[in-house]
Amino acid sequence: MKIELTSQQKDDKSNFRGFVNKEVVPHANSSDQEECTSPKLIEKFAHQGYLGAVLPEEFGGKSMDMITYGLLNEEIGRGCSSLRSLLTVHSMVAYALCRWGNKSQKEYWLPKLASGKVIAAFALSEPNVGSDAKSIESTATLSGDSYIVNGQKKWITYGQIADVFLVFAQYSGKPSAFLVEKNSPGLSIQPISGMLGVRASMLAQLNLRDCRIPQENLVGRLGFGLSYIASSALDYGRYSVAWGSVGIAQACLEACIQYTSERKQFGVYLKEHQLIRQMITEMIVNVKAARLLCYQAGYLKEIGDPNSITETSIAKYFASTTATKVANDAVQIHGANGCTSEYSVARYLRDAKIMEIIEGSTQIQQITIADYGYQEYISKPAHTVNYQNLLAMM
Amino acid sequence: MEEIQAKIREFLSRFFRNHDLQLDQDIFALGFVNSMFAMQLVLFIEQAFQITIDNEDLELDNFKTINSMTHLVERKTAFVAQK
Repeated sequence: MKIELTSQQKDDKSNFRGFVNKEVVPHANSSDQEECTSPKLIEKFAHQGYLGAVLPEEFGGKSMDMITYGLLNEEIGRGCSSLRSLLTVHSMVAYALCRWGNKSQKEYWLPKLASGKVIAAFALSEPNVGSDAKSIESTATLSGDSYIVNGQKKWITYGQIADVFLVFAQYSGKPSAFLVEKNSPGLSIQPISGMLGVRASMLAQLNLRDCRIPQENLVGRLGFGLSYIASSALDYGRYSVAWGSVGIAQACLEACIQYTSERKQFGVYLKEHQLIRQMITEMIVNVKAARLLCYQAGYLKEIGDPNSITETSIAKYFASTTATKVANDAVQIHGANGCTSEYSVARYLRDAKIMEIIEGSTQIQQITIADYGYQEYISKPAHTVNYQNLLAMM
Repeated sequence: MEEIQAKIREFLSRFFRNHDLQLDQDIFALGFVNSMFAMQLVLFIEQAFQITIDNEDLELDNFKTINSMTHLVERKTAFVAQK
C-alpha cells in the first residue's frame, strides 16, 4: 500500500493552487458580499478546462483521474466555496449525462459542457422536498412529441446563470430525469439572495408552468431518475463537497497559522499560547484525517469499487463536520477581527455550515453510514472470526 | 453461470441478510434498501464481471432477480467477447 501523489498529480495540484491564489482568492470576499460570481472568473475557470474535468478527452474534457479531480476541488474550495459549487453542480450533470445519456445527448451536450460554453445545474430540491427526494412533487406528462413539466425547483446552485438544468420530475409516479434548457417555454427563473453561506453561488428557484421540452430530453429511462441518474450525480457531488470541505478547513488552518504568528497578546505571539496550539493541533490532525478519507474514496472510485459510494459518504460526513469545527475555531482564534469581512474566516465558517446541509445532510449521512456498518459487520457469521489472528493481535 | 449467480448472491446477501435469496426472487419486492443501493449494484456488476452498464441496460427486468442479473452479465460478456 502506498499513499502518495504521482508527480503529475503533484504538478496539477501546484497549478490548481497557483490559479486559485491568483484568480480566486483576491475576489472571494467581495464575491461573497456581492452575492455574485463574476462572468470573467467563470470564463477563466472554463478556459483552464476545469468545467470539463470529469469528461473524457473524446468530448473535449480533461479526463482527470478521481484523485486529481479531488485535488482540484480542494484547491478551488480553499479559495471560494461558491466557485467550487459551480464545479460541483456542473460536473454532476456532466457526469450523469456521460454515464446515462444516450449517444446523441452525449455528442450534443458533452463538448459544450466540457468547454463551459454551456453551464449546467442540477435541479432536484423543491420547496417541500429536500432529503426525501423520492417525494418530489414536480410532474412530467407526454403530449405529442414533447414532455410537459410542471412544478417548482428550489435552491438551485448557479440557477441564475445556468443554460441547462437536469430536472427531476414524476412521470406517472415514476421519478425521471429531463434536460430543460433555460429558454424553454414555461420556465421562469427567480433569483434567491440573502443566504448564510456560499453566497456567490447565485441560487435560483425554477418555476415550471406547462414547460414544454422535446421528448428526446429524457435522460436514461422513465422511472430511473432517482435511483440511477440522481444517485450517480449525487455521489459525485458528495465527493466534490467532501474535497471542497477539506479546502475550507485547509484555508482556515493556513489563515490561523499566519494570524497567530503575527498577532501578539500578553507580550508574545498568539502561537506561543498553549490553548491556541491545542486548536492548531486539532486543525492539523482533522484536516489530514479528512483528506485521507477523501483519498480513500477517490481511490475506490478510480477502481470502480461498489464500496466507493459509502466511503464517499463517510468522507463527506467527516470532512464537512470537520470544516465547521475548524472554521469555528478559526473565528475564535481571530477574535473580533474574525467576525469582520476584512478577514476570510467568517466566510469560511458560513460556507462550512452549508457543506453539512448540501448533498445529503450530516444526519442523512449518519443514517446511511450506520446502515453500512450493520451490513458490513453484522452480516458476517461469527464463526468466520479467526481467533488465532485475533489472539496474535492482542 | 453458477459462478456468476454465486457472486451476485454473495453481494446481495449483505443487503438482504434476513432472506435466503432464491434465484428468481424479485429483490425489489423485498422492500427499499436505501437510495445508494442501485448504484452500488451497478458498480458491483461492472467491477465483478468487467462490463459496462449503460443507458440501454436500464431496464428494471435486468436487475430484478439473481437470474435476470446473471443473464444480463452473460449477454454483456458474450458481446464483449465478440468484439
